[in-house]
Amino acid sequence: MTTRRSPDTRRSQGSRTSRGSRGLNTPSPAGTALRYLLLVLVLLLVIGPFLWQLSTSLKGPGEDVYTRTPAFLPEDLTFSNYAKVADTIPVWTYALNSLTVAAVCIAGNVIGCTLAGYALARLRFRGARLVLGLFLATLVLPGEVTIVSQYVLVRSLGLADSLAGVALPGALAMLNVLLMRTAFAAVPVELDQSALVDGATVWQRLWHVGLPNVRGMLSVIAIFTFIGAWDDFLWPLIVLNDPQKYTLTVGLQYLNGTFSANPRLIAAGTMIAFLPIVVVFAACQRFFFKGVEEGAVKG
Amino acid sequence: MTHRRWFTPWLLAGPAMVWLAVFNLWPAVNTVILSFTNAKPLDGGQFTGLENYGRILDDEQLADALLNSVVFMLVCLPLLTFLPLLLALLVQRKIPGLTFFRTAFYTPVIASAVVVALIWGWVLDDRGLVNGLLQRSGLADSPVSFLTDRWLLLLSAIALTVWKGLGYYMVIYLSALANVPRELHEAAAVDGAGPFRRFRHVTLPGVRPTMMLVSVLISVSALRVFSELYVLSNGQGGPGGRDMSVVMLIQMYSRGFTGHLGYASALSLMLFAITLGPMLLLMRLNRKAA
Repeated sequence: MTTRRSPDTRRSQGSRTSRGSRGLNTPSPAGTALRYLLLVLVLLLVIGPFLWQLSTSLKGPGEDVYTRTPAFLPEDLTFSNYAKVADTIPVWTYALNSLTVAAVCIAGNVIGCTLAGYALARLRFRGARLVLGLFLATLVLPGEVTIVSQYVLVRSLGLADSLAGVALPGALAMLNVLLMRTAFAAVPVELDQSALVDGATVWQRLWHVGLPNVRGMLSVIAIFTFIGAWDDFLWPLIVLNDPQKYTLTVGLQYLNGTFSANPRLIAAGTMIAFLPIVVVFAACQRFFFKGVEEGAVKG
Repeated sequence: MTHRRWFTPWLLAGPAMVWLAVFNLWPAVNTVILSFTNAKPLDGGQFTGLENYGRILDDEQLADALLNSVVFMLVCLPLLTFLPLLLALLVQRKIPGLTFFRTAFYTPVIASAVVVALIWGWVLDDRGLVNGLLQRSGLADSPVSFLTDRWLLLLSAIALTVWKGLGYYMVIYLSALANVPRELHEAAAVDGAGPFRRFRHVTLPGVRPTMMLVSVLISVSALRVFSELYVLSNGQGGPGGRDMSVVMLIQMYSRGFTGHLGYASALSLMLFAITLGPMLLLMRLNRKAA
């Protein structure tokens, strides 16, 4: 990871200082060794269960997965469990369903929250404060509180037991509107004003002045919308009845409830749900950790 | 900023306003309305006054669920307030391999709760990895029933929650640590303070507001727990359904022919009432931090 730090920052973490500030930044070899030892210990605790599951998913039918002497490496390495999951539940359909929901949510949030965020940050209009207050007020409502009446609403719209019903409520999240507003508000007003002088319309200002300066926030919103939609369980569990329409998380629970006899299959199923998220996150983690060092990420 | 037509801002904010009204404000209002009816999943129901609220008072499963939430909170609060801070101190310094460690520690956060609960369910199974290791090392003669005992199941769900939350709160602490001025550390070092004293007198005061923020976040999320308990108990809520959480009860009453949407709404409002305090505190702390 490369964190781009401006040269004038006072807090260049951990770069060795030449002015002997008494070992503040020059750790002793023993200290470094201890640090790595602790890091590796935590790593084993955090990654161990995932690796164990991966290993279980690759163990052949001849191998005893229940032994009292756990074998960490499959002796009879096979990918057949992944094929067998697909025979048991339509796991690839589920993956596609999850992907569809995630795609709708990303599109809705990126477009809708950008437009609204810009209007709230950069345009003056009557009622703006009230609108902003309403957006803010929704933040004290945990999603679980309104989930029952959201279900009633989705059903009355005729969208019960459909992927549209799963995707719609989250297709435009109030929090993301506020985040985009904050991002647009941070763009220097001078830029906007010079564009105004040149006679640019609102749309042109949004497109040429606003958007290039909020790319970071947009990518973070896109990543987290994907992760949120892909991982969501409670809402699709309430909306969906037809096992053909399940998303991956609901499908996995269904697999667990129905065929709990074979841990190899469940392991393979969880890996199918887990690996895409890891790939997406590993590819995007630069964006994510960029702000952390500067203390830009607020809880 | 100026714009030529008065409706331009409304056009831009339009879709978001529709979502705000339809999917957020109206459901909030309708939750209150529904809570005074006996609505079922397949019919609107009639007005029944305070009946649902009376039912809340003598619902034994709910009493269990609330007790579970309290236990959840009491165990999670100290663990998730301090462990992630120590972890953040470990990965704060630029050392080789840092990126890898940070990303790895964050992995459980981005994994679906269903995925990690299934993984833990397999690890904690009667014939799973942990019981295998316990019996091999002679610490246990017979399998420990992590997933079928009333309290062990709850503690397993708590352990899973702590494990999954480590990376999340680590990142929050990392940004807080980045805001502790280095000059303070340097001054303390010049005064001859060792690493432990520096931690006590420089780092801790510097991250205290963040610790408050984190505590509130943990309290709210302990009240909202669902997937971990649901999946670990295979949707059953443990022996006799005593390992339910409030959200599990809401889900249970909002489905199927036995569903009772009115009661589920009353439970939702009760959950809102409990979380409102920490939520408001959270917003205040956030505003201060920003």
